Amino acid sequence: MKINSVKIISLLFFILSAFYLYTAHQIQVFAFDEGAPFNAKTFPIYLGYAGMFFSGLKIVLPDQKPIKIDPTYLEFKKTILLVLTMIVYGATILKVGFFLSTSLFLVFSYYFLGERRWKYIIIFSFPFVAIFMYLLHGVLAVYLRDPLLKYIGIIG
Amino acid sequence: MIEGILIGLKTALSFQNLMMVMIGCFAGTIIGMLPGLGPMTAIALMIPITYGFDPATGLILMAGVYYGAVFGGSTSSILINAPGVPGTVATSFDGYPMAQQGKAGKALAIAAYSSFAGGTISAIFLLIAAPSLSKVSLSFRSPDYFGLMILGLTAVAAFSSKGNFLKAMMMCVLGLMLASVGQDTLSDIPRFTFNTMNLSDGISFVLVVMATFAMSEALTIIIKGNDPSKAAKQISLTDLGSIKVNKEETKQMAATIPRSSILGFIIGVLPGAGATIASFLAYGMERNFVKSEEKEKFGKGSVQGLSAPETANNAACSGSFVPLLTLGIPGSGTTAVMLGALLGFGIQPGPRLYETNPDIFWSVIMSMYIGMVVLLILNLPLIPYIARILAVPRTFLIPMILFFSVTGIYLMSFNNFDIFLMIGIAVIATILRLYDFPMPPLILAFVLGGLMEENLRRSLLISDGSWAFLWDRPLTLCIMMTILLIICWQIYSSLISRKI
Repeated sequence: MKINSVKIISLLFFILSAFYLYTAHQIQVFAFDEGAPFNAKTFPIYLGYAGMFFSGLKIVLPDQKPIKIDPTYLEFKKTILLVLTMIVYGATILKVGFFLSTSLFLVFSYYFLGERRWKYIIIFSFPFVAIFMYLLHGVLAVYLRDPLLKYIGIIG
Repeated sequence: MIEGILIGLKTALSFQNLMMVMIGCFAGTIIGMLPGLGPMTAIALMIPITYGFDPATGLILMAGVYYGAVFGGSTSSILINAPGVPGTVATSFDGYPMAQQGKAGKALAIAAYSSFAGGTISAIFLLIAAPSLSKVSLSFRSPDYFGLMILGLTAVAAFSSKGNFLKAMMMCVLGLMLASVGQDTLSDIPRFTFNTMNLSDGISFVLVVMATFAMSEALTIIIKGNDPSKAAKQISLTDLGSIKVNKEETKQMAATIPRSSILGFIIGVLPGAGATIASFLAYGMERNFVKSEEKEKFGKGSVQGLSAPETANNAACSGSFVPLLTLGIPGSGTTAVMLGALLGFGIQPGPRLYETNPDIFWSVIMSMYIGMVVLLILNLPLIPYIARILAVPRTFLIPMILFFSVTGIYLMSFNNFDIFLMIGIAVIATILRLYDFPMPPLILAFVLGGLMEENLRRSLLISDGSWAFLWDRPLTLCIMMTILLIICWQIYSSLISRKI
């Protein structure tokens, strides 16, 4: 059996299914439901077995045409930077507020992806978010939490 | 039925709903045109917005987005040979050569007229089939529904996974696992919440769709270093040529459209098959129908070669609504997203929808037709302008998609945990995509998870724990036999191609 990335993913899925099955068995059901034909853990238990079955087959059966991905062609750096920017965006959106965090997220994302035309970077960040907020908050009356703009007195 | 059609027309033709169809078609065309982003992403991005509307309006908007995205996919197939959706791959076989011959406008017009005709014919079929099937499906019981759901998942795994049946089945299981997180619907017992309040209500459907489609598609474009705008720079998007179709071409289309419509509709109704298979089958069928001299033109800019897949993929879109509206069981990833949205509105599609919410049932059907008209009247003349979206560089496109995805979840929950969970699922989905693990089965399973468990619960309780309910009724037995047939066929075909 030749090890490749798909087999490793399948193995991880097998482990996940085994853990899921173990957790399913730990679900506390009511005493009167314990011997019932169906209770809260019945379906998850079947799912755990199904996951182990399919991933097990994928691990064991030969993969005639394995997918070959050349890592040198993958843009890991940009992707990781973008994911990190999203995490920071997610962490700050409630505390800093929608306007500033979203605008900065867009500025950094454009920059990390290789954009250097600052005129467009600025247009498609701060003014764009302001228009978007106006449409959402002002026109469609969708609540947007923004402590900063509230403090300044722009939104109520 | 006439009364229902009138109710549907009244709802769909209200000013607000008419605007929604137009906005939906327009937004769908733009998103569908971008290579890599299909109808599922387009609908997913719209879901948070629709929750502010009443159910009929929200669904009308999503139906418009669906058709717009399919139309947009055809446009990018024809203009830059980069299909926005798999259903329009066959369109590029003859559409792109036509565009290279300087007849891009004509190719777009043929595609638009064929889509319109296919959509019109299939909308008539839908009008007839949906109410009739609704009445028949009232006799369905829990074991039948459970069987149908397994059939839907198996069929989607078999047909949508390009031979990777086991990978697709793993994705189905993963979708069902994600759906099982949260409190049990009957006993309220928490499951897989790991004592976190954030998971007690389960994982939001919008979160999973956004993460596995919009966000992971954007991340996949970045990690693979694809730039959709590169191909667009090679052609003139402003000078597409005349959109007039001559008499001979109209005659050729007239012969192709009826047979491709019927084929597309039937394929669309089947669970798992959908627009991609319909368009390829229609292309192949048309090639066998035409004369030998016309056959030579296939792949080099044949009118019939372009008309057939375009007609069939639109007819299949309407066909895919039949199982969704009548049985409450989606047959494809896109209709699964629609089902999720319906459930979000508190509407349970199925045989009773026809009786309990006739306005929604009929207005969705009528809005599909209105959507086709809108696409033909508004979008076709605007294509030279809309096509410029193809030239938007990825440096702006990707952050915008990510922004709309995060904002969508933020507006729904105002919760950091959901945003982090979405990013986590998106990263995992991106890795899985790189290794050809299909996402539509995951979404379909996630949407069907709750319903499947509910029907299995009823079936097992009625049969006192015995699994005999799977073969007790002739209908359930037929469904189970079909599932077995699909699995056996998959094993056989994988042994032939030695790829499982």
